[in-house]
Amino acid sequence: MQCQACGKKTATIHLTEISQGVRTELHICEQCASEQGIATHSQTSINELLSHLLAVQPSDEEMFGPAQQESICPTCGFTLDRLRKEGTLGCPLDYKVFEQALLPLIERAHGGQSSHCGKVPTKLPTDTRTFVELAQLRRQLEEAVRDEDYELAAKLRDKIKQREQAEGRPK
Amino acid sequence: MELTEFSQNLTDWFSGTGPLADVVVSSRIRLARNLAGHRFLNSCSVEEKAEILEQLKSVLMSLDLGDEVFYVSVDQEPELTRNFLVERHLISRHHALATGPRGAVIARRENFTAMLNEEDHLRLQVLKAGCQLRACAEQIDRIDSLIEARVEYAFSPRFGYLTACPTNLGTGIRVSVMLHMPALKLTNQIEKFMNAAKDMNLAVRGLFGEGTEAASDLYQISNQTTLGVSERHIVAEFENVVIPEIVEYEKAARRQLLDKDRDTLDDKIARAMALLQNAHLISSQEALFLLSHLRLGLNMHEHMGASTPAIDRLCALRASTEEQDRLTIRTINRLFLLTLPAHLQVNYGKSLDATHRDALRAKIIRDALTQQS
Repeated sequence: MQCQACGKKTATIHLTEISQGVRTELHICEQCASEQGIATHSQTSINELLSHLLAVQPSDEEMFGPAQQESICPTCGFTLDRLRKEGTLGCPLDYKVFEQALLPLIERAHGGQSSHCGKVPTKLPTDTRTFVELAQLRRQLEEAVRDEDYELAAKLRDKIKQREQAEGRPK
Repeated sequence: MELTEFSQNLTDWFSGTGPLADVVVSSRIRLARNLAGHRFLNSCSVEEKAEILEQLKSVLMSLDLGDEVFYVSVDQEPELTRNFLVERHLISRHHALATGPRGAVIARRENFTAMLNEEDHLRLQVLKAGCQLRACAEQIDRIDSLIEARVEYAFSPRFGYLTACPTNLGTGIRVSVMLHMPALKLTNQIEKFMNAAKDMNLAVRGLFGEGTEAASDLYQISNQTTLGVSERHIVAEFENVVIPEIVEYEKAARRQLLDKDRDTLDDKIARAMALLQNAHLISSQEALFLLSHLRLGLNMHEHMGASTPAIDRLCALRASTEEQDRLTIRTINRLFLLTLPAHLQVNYGKSLDATHRDALRAKIIRDALTQQS
């Protein structure tokens, strides 16, 4: 397809705009696009993508009211505003301090998931390890039931029971 | 470390061997970890960065990682050395370009690297030739556990391993395979492949080139989700579903070329041979593009028993750089790596401008591919 602007080069940028129910399409080459001020980054860095995702989220004020906006991490002095600009956090504690604000973003980045499943450091206190492992098993059980894999579900249920009894926790 | 110990040699992960090697060039797994009790790097003072670096360096250098390792003070190395390490995939471009105290622990066999103070305090990576993700996963898990016994990682029961960027949160694992897909390009199906990969929630990027469509026809696909899915699950998904599907896609395109479009195939291979054997100036991009077609011809001969006039002529070439008397994938990969800009300059012993690099590159390739009498 040829560029609709210069009519010479191959159109590599395809824009579709829907305004008031009317759909218009524009097919242009990279050079004409940049001349018209249309950004043509072929690769977006993950941080850029993240800043963008953060930027389109509701403002802090909309989400938590004016008080939360001034939240500052006591450990690293990080604010939501800096997170928006830089795409990375200031310290591990930020995940706790800004948990509410981060959750939608985390879920979006990880296909709707918001809790860990997988390796757990051996150094963690035993009850924390068990807590994490039980939570993981329960999630796998839910998935097995959802997928109607009842054989796996039965195995997982037994495993959960065993683990709970070993911990002396009936529930 | 003397760069010249490495710079003349092909790296193991690029040897063109291993399972599914006709399409899967290499497998890589990376883990992101941070130390508890320290801020993430973008909030750290230089002193804190230096402290983290020193702690991780002393732990890593004292462990038995299964391979002989050496340490590189990345921030003190010249740009050429850093670019050289990037070309060999021993450090990331981000690590090469960053500022402040940072380093890398590298296995002499080049199958393992620990980047210290990259985006996270610690980035471990294991690289192997062909499709060997499970072996990568076992090795990196073992190394990670050894380190974990000596330091305390930032971890939360809810979110798993805590990382500077929330996109790496949870397992902190990034599973990647490098694929050579020239036939998909020649049959105009790259776009389709990219869309299919995106539908499977995978990240795709072109390697060794500019933009997403790689001149070298080498693409890297990686998982995007790191939270809520276990390491084992991600690796199994790649090995059992993702890779077989994509490999089959490329192989079908190769069969299509052979059955229905032999002239296109032969034209590409014959032109690549003619240009590479005769050019006196060749850019890195052009060399990557042409060497890709030679690799395709050799792979189709070796793995599909393909025989066409151009493939037969290609296979009859004797490579003067190799001990064997015939041209192999190894030769092609070696030419590919050794003619990248930083490799050229390290082996030449000084920095060269673009024209001199193009001349030197053309000469190395010409010498290697000229028929021996």
